[in-house]
Amino acid sequence: MADVAIERGGGHGAEHPETTTGLSHTKLAMWIFLASECMLFGALITTYVLYRGRSIEPPYPADIFDIPYTSVSSFVLLASSLTMVLALSAAQQRDEGRMRLWLLTTALLGMTFVGGQVYEFTAFYHEGLKLSTNLFGTTFYVLTGFHGVHVTVGVLMLLSLVGMSSARRLPDDPSFPIEMVGLYWHFVDIVWIVIFTVVYLIPTPSPGGPGGP
Amino acid sequence: MALEERVEPVAAPPSAGAHGAGHPSPKEYVRIGVVLFVLTALEITASYTHVSGSVLIPTLFVLAIVKFALVVLWFMHLKFDDRRFARFFVMGLAGASILYLIVLITFKVFL
Repeated sequence: MADVAIERGGGHGAEHPETTTGLSHTKLAMWIFLASECMLFGALITTYVLYRGRSIEPPYPADIFDIPYTSVSSFVLLASSLTMVLALSAAQQRDEGRMRLWLLTTALLGMTFVGGQVYEFTAFYHEGLKLSTNLFGTTFYVLTGFHGVHVTVGVLMLLSLVGMSSARRLPDDPSFPIEMVGLYWHFVDIVWIVIFTVVYLIPTPSPGGPGGP
Repeated sequence: MALEERVEPVAAPPSAGAHGAGHPSPKEYVRIGVVLFVLTALEITASYTHVSGSVLIPTLFVLAIVKFALVVLWFMHLKFDDRRFARFFVMGLAGASILYLIVLITFKVFL
C-alpha cells in the first residue's frame, strides 16, 4: 500500500498533485513525448541528408533556395521562443494581461513563420519543384512540411490558451499549462535550428560531384 | 492502523517538477534571446563566406549545437528543473543521434 500514488492537490505550491516520483506526470509525459519526437525528426533529417545531392533532375537546392528570406523566417521563430518564455514569466507573476499579450505575439510570430513557409512552397512549386520531381523535392517537402504542421499545431494550442484565459477557464496559477505548451513550442524551435543549418546553410554537393549521383 | 497513517506521501525533492522557482528573470531571457539572434546572424554570415566545406560545416554545426543547448537549458528550463526530465529527453535525443549516425555511416554519407 505504501507505494500507492497519492493524488492530492497542493503539491509544490499547488503546481501539481503529489506523485510517487515527486515529479509532475504531465510534465514527464511531455518530455517523453518530445524525446519520441527526436526520433521522428531524426528520421526525416537523416533521410534528407542521405539523399542530399543525389537528385538527377533539376531544380537543385542552389537553384531555388532564397537564404535571406529563410533567414528572416528563422529570426521570426527564434523571436517567438523569446516571447513564449516572456508569457511564462508573466504567468508566474500572475499578470494575465501581459501573459495574453505575449501568447498572442507568439501565435502571430508562429503564423508569420507558417505563412512564410506556404509562400516559399508556392514559389518552389512554380519553379518546378514538386513532391515527386526529384529526391530533393520529396525529402525537402516532407521534412519542412512536417515541421510546418508542428508549428501550426503549436499556434492552435497558443490561441486556445489565449481563448481559455479570456474566458477565465485557466487555473488561478496558469503557469503550468503555459509551461507545457511552451515546451512543445521551444521543441519546434530547436528542430528548426537543426533544419535551417542542415537543409539551407550547408551547401549541397552538385550533381556528379562528391556525394552526387 | 488507519489508512492515512500507513500511506505516507513520498517526499518530493526540492526542485522536483517545480516550475517558477529558480527560473530566470525576463531580463535573462532577453539576454539569451539576443545571444541566439547573434549566433544566427553569425551562421548566416558564415554560410556566405567562401571557405571550404571542411571549415564551414563544423563551424555551422558548432553554432547550431550552442543554439540548441541554449534553448533547451534556458528556455525549456532543463538547467533548472529536476534532472530526471533531462535524462528522459537526453535518452531520446542520444538514442536518435546514435541510431541515425549509424544509418549515415552505413550508407557512406561521410565518405
